[in-house]
Amino acid sequence: MRGFGGLLLRDLRVQSRQPVRFLVRTLSQPFLLVFVFTYVFPRIGQGLRAPGGGESFTTVLVPGVVAIAVFIKGVQAVALPLVQEFGYTREVEDRVLAPLPVPAIAMAKLTWGAIEGVVAALLVFPVVALVPAEPANLAVQWPQLLAVLALGPFLASAVGLFLGTMVPPTQVPLLFSVVILPITFLGATYYPWAALEPIRWLQIVTLANPLVYIAEGFRMALTPQLPHMTSGLVLAALAAFAGAVGYAGVRGFQHRVLS
Amino acid sequence: MADPPPAAISTRDLRKVFTGGSGPAVTAVDGVDLDVRPGEVFGLLGPNGAGKTTTIGMLTTRVVPTGGTARIDGIDVAARPTRVKRRIGVVSQTNTLDRSLTVRENLTFHGRYFGLGGRESARRADELLARFRLADRRDADVNTLSGGMAQRLMVARALLHRPAVLFLDEPSTGLDPQSRLALWEVLRGLHAEGQTILLTTHSMDEADQLCERVAIMDHGRILALDTPTELKKAHVEGAPGEATLEDVFIALTGRDLRE
Repeated sequence: MRGFGGLLLRDLRVQSRQPVRFLVRTLSQPFLLVFVFTYVFPRIGQGLRAPGGGESFTTVLVPGVVAIAVFIKGVQAVALPLVQEFGYTREVEDRVLAPLPVPAIAMAKLTWGAIEGVVAALLVFPVVALVPAEPANLAVQWPQLLAVLALGPFLASAVGLFLGTMVPPTQVPLLFSVVILPITFLGATYYPWAALEPIRWLQIVTLANPLVYIAEGFRMALTPQLPHMTSGLVLAALAAFAGAVGYAGVRGFQHRVLS
Repeated sequence: MADPPPAAISTRDLRKVFTGGSGPAVTAVDGVDLDVRPGEVFGLLGPNGAGKTTTIGMLTTRVVPTGGTARIDGIDVAARPTRVKRRIGVVSQTNTLDRSLTVRENLTFHGRYFGLGGRESARRADELLARFRLADRRDADVNTLSGGMAQRLMVARALLHRPAVLFLDEPSTGLDPQSRLALWEVLRGLHAEGQTILLTTHSMDEADQLCERVAIMDHGRILALDTPTELKKAHVEGAPGEATLEDVFIALTGRDLRE
């Protein structure tokens, strides 16, 4: 157990050495999204409204932006470092030789990614509160928020672990265009999932996108007045995806370090 | 009468067949029997592709045997890898230092992975930095170390948790003559303290200088195993005083190019 803590401490040390870099990497995309869609657009009269026209677009976007920040953090904190550490330098080796079962070493990475995801979510809140020209109409549901804050970052980190063990270093640029961008654009982040009703095929296809459940989860927890999936469905899907993708990620890690 | 202590390293009919991928199955290690005594410096000698690194991989839990058994301090490597990892220190062929940490942190976090407390890790790290003449580089980025310094730091890291057996995989490959002599000094010092060491090499000189016993490997099998002196007597005609291990090596493995 102390070895597990040591692995987490190492990641904390590496991350805390560059706080500015951490902030920039965490906030740049959420800031730009919120700035363009909820500050620039209303100011230049290029309006976007929530489906049905009642709520401001800020209210639609806030849960989506938090979800994107959490998801991207899973990739930044877990997938990209692992791709490097598994690569030419094999520098993950010293950690693999730590006296812990190999799955526990993978779980330490997963846990660290989830912790970074929670921090990312908390950092994004002030941005979405301060930047928009039209304020978001939030009605925070605390129990739901805590549940989503526990499960969402864990799922994002599991996706990061899975990708990090699957992708060779030369394929990282492809990772972004083939995996990350489609997931973030089609993850019910800019619209509630229920609003896709007129494009039924897309609504069904995107059910396979794990980010949909993170975004719908934050929607249910922050802006419950907008259409959202039921809490039972969201939490069950988050847990099921986290379990399945996390399992695949841990197996992938084992395959990469043992031959 | 008490039982004699178990061999530091013991293998019986140890095998590794690599399958999978598109190519045919490759037998890397083909029935190896070894017994290394506590306190012994043992050399595994062989041309490239002989199976040395795969053998070390199995003894250090990173390669899963497909047949036979391997024990470290009497503990089965395949059945109890976590307990084995506690007892071994590993210096890999390539530089696997953690590039995100400083010189000293590479040691202190290694201690943490092995469950040492912060103070104990720091004390051991400083002790080893002094011993390996790295104290003035303690806060340096590991990317700035020369090959010889990186090698010394890897040996220091492998010793930090006081392993029963130290493994070095081709430790002097790529080192300049001064660094190689310095490494030999270090290994002789460790031997004098009773450290059990298994090293692989294709430098005959290194094996002759350092090892009490040498196993010559090729095509996954051990062709000969004895002290350097006995090997020269047994396998080279003419005056044994003039024979070198290189003569033994060529006599056993032939002159054909391997790659």
